[in-house]
Amino acid sequence: MERIAVVGVGQTKYERGKTKNFAELVYEVTRKALDDAGMELSDIDNVVTTTNDFFDGRTIACMPIAEAAGSYGRDATNVEGDGTLSAFYGLMRTLSGVYNTTLVTSHCKVSEGAPRKLFNQAFDPIYDRLLGMDAISSSALQARAYMHRFGITEQQCAKVSVKNHGNAKNNPYAHAALDITVEDVMKSPMLAEPIKRLDTSPISDGACAIILATEDKAKKTAKKPVWIKGVAHCTDAYRLGERDLTRSLPLETAARKAYQMAGIKDPSRDIHVAEVYDAFSYMELMWYEGLGFCGPGEGGKLIDSGATQMGGRLPVNPSGGVLSAHSVQVAGLARIAEAVLQLRGEGGKRQVPGAKTALAHGITGICAQTHCVWVLSN
Amino acid sequence: MENETILEVKEKDGLLIHQGVIRVPYTWAAGAVASKFYAGLRNGKIYGVRCPTCRMVLVPPKKTCHRCFEELKEWVEVSHEGTLQTFTVVHYHEPELHPLKAPFAYGIIKLDGADTGMTHLIAEADLKGLKEGMRVKAVFREKPGGNYLDIKYFKPVKGEK
Repeated sequence: MERIAVVGVGQTKYERGKTKNFAELVYEVTRKALDDAGMELSDIDNVVTTTNDFFDGRTIACMPIAEAAGSYGRDATNVEGDGTLSAFYGLMRTLSGVYNTTLVTSHCKVSEGAPRKLFNQAFDPIYDRLLGMDAISSSALQARAYMHRFGITEQQCAKVSVKNHGNAKNNPYAHAALDITVEDVMKSPMLAEPIKRLDTSPISDGACAIILATEDKAKKTAKKPVWIKGVAHCTDAYRLGERDLTRSLPLETAARKAYQMAGIKDPSRDIHVAEVYDAFSYMELMWYEGLGFCGPGEGGKLIDSGATQMGGRLPVNPSGGVLSAHSVQVAGLARIAEAVLQLRGEGGKRQVPGAKTALAHGITGICAQTHCVWVLSN
Repeated sequence: MENETILEVKEKDGLLIHQGVIRVPYTWAAGAVASKFYAGLRNGKIYGVRCPTCRMVLVPPKKTCHRCFEELKEWVEVSHEGTLQTFTVVHYHEPELHPLKAPFAYGIIKLDGADTGMTHLIAEADLKGLKEGMRVKAVFREKPGGNYLDIKYFKPVKGEK
C-alpha cells in the first residue's frame, strides 16, 4: 500500500448535554484538525462526514453539517457507522489517486435522543425488536456467554472499569474520570446481569476530526506524520443467535489482516499502546483476545497481570477509552486520534513513553457485529 | 401527522434548547419467509429453514444463509422445546420498550432441531435459578397477532427449577 499518513487530529471535550449544535461541534474539530496539521481548508481535497439520522433526529443528517466540515464546492460524502469506518473510506479515497488529502469528521450527541429507544430500533422490526432489547440488555447476553464459557469473573470486568476511569483522569477530553475501586463497580446498581452501572459507558456528546494525506503532502504538514501501516474491517452475522457470542471471529479476522499488512508478527510485543472500543467493561477483555494480545479465554488473566495498565507491557486505553467517553459514532475515530497523539509523543499525562506502534479499534452494530482495526506507526 | 417539531424551548447556559418528538408512521413488509413463519406459529408450529450447503437449520427462518449465500427453501418443523444457551436478568425499567416488568429475563434458546439460537423472553421461571443448558419450552399467545410475541415467552420445562 502507498504510504498514507494521519497529519491532523482534533477532538472536543466529551460531556453530556453540550450546548453546541451539530454544526458547531463539527466546525470546532475541523478547525482544530486543520490547525494541528498546519493546513488551510484549501489544502483539503475531499470530505467524509459521519452521521446517523436517528441520533441526529433528522433525515439526510450529513447535508446540514457537511458545510461545517468545509464541504462547499468540494466532493463530500458520508458514512453511517463508527468513525473508524469513515476513516477507512477516507483512506480508500486518499489511495484512489484522485485526492491527496481527506478530512474525516464524526459527531454525535447521544444525550439529545433517547439512547435505549434508539438502539432498540437497530433490531429487526419483523422479528425481535418487539422484545424491547437495547445496547445494555443485548450486550449482557454476550457478556454472560463469554464469561460463562471462559470463567471470566465480574471482578475481572470491574478491573477494566477501574483502570479506564482512572486513566481518564489524565485525559482532558474524557467525560468520566473516576477514582473507583473494584468494590465500587461491584456495588453499583445491577442493570442487566452481569452488567452493572459502572460496567457501562457514559452518555456523551462530542466530535472528532482527522486529516489523511498522501506521502508527498504529509511531508509538508506541521506535525510529524503518523503512518497507516495496516487496516482491516470484518463483519459477523446480524442475529445474535447465529453468532458465537463467546469469541469475536470478525475481530480475529480484521486483526489478522491488519497485522499481516503491517508486518506485525506478535501483537502483544510489536504493539506498544492500544485504544479499543470498550463500550462495556467485558468488551475490553474480549477484544484483548480477538486482537491476539492473549489467547482465547485469557482476557481475565491479562487484566489481572497488570500488563494493560499504564506502565504495563501493553497499555490499553490510556485515554480512559470508551468507558470514559462514549459519543457513539465518534468513539472509534477518537481511538485513532488518541493513537496519533501517542505516536507523536503528545499524549501529555497519558503518554506511553516511546510508543512507536499503536493500535486503534472501532465497532458498530448489536454486540459489535462489525470490527475495524488500525495499526499506526511513527 | 401532527407537527411536533418543537414542543418546548428551554434554556441552558444562556443558550436555547429546542425539545420535540419525532413520530413517523411506517409499514414493514414481513416478506415471504417471516410471513410463513408467523403462519406456522398461528397453527402452533415453529418452522425453520435448512441450508442446502451447510445443512444448518436456521430458526427464526430467513431468506439466505449468511455463510453460504444460498437461498433457503427447505422448511423444517422444529420442537417447542430447547436449551437455554445464555441469558440476562434485566433490572431496569423501560416501560415503553419492555414487554414484561423488570426484573425479567432475556435468553437465547436453541430449539431441538435448530442449529441457531432464538432471542426471546424467559418467564414463569425462578430468575435466580436460571442456568445455561436448562431446558425451556415455548408458551404461545392465545390470540396470535402475526408477530414475534406470538411466542409469549419461554418457560422452564417441568422438572427444571
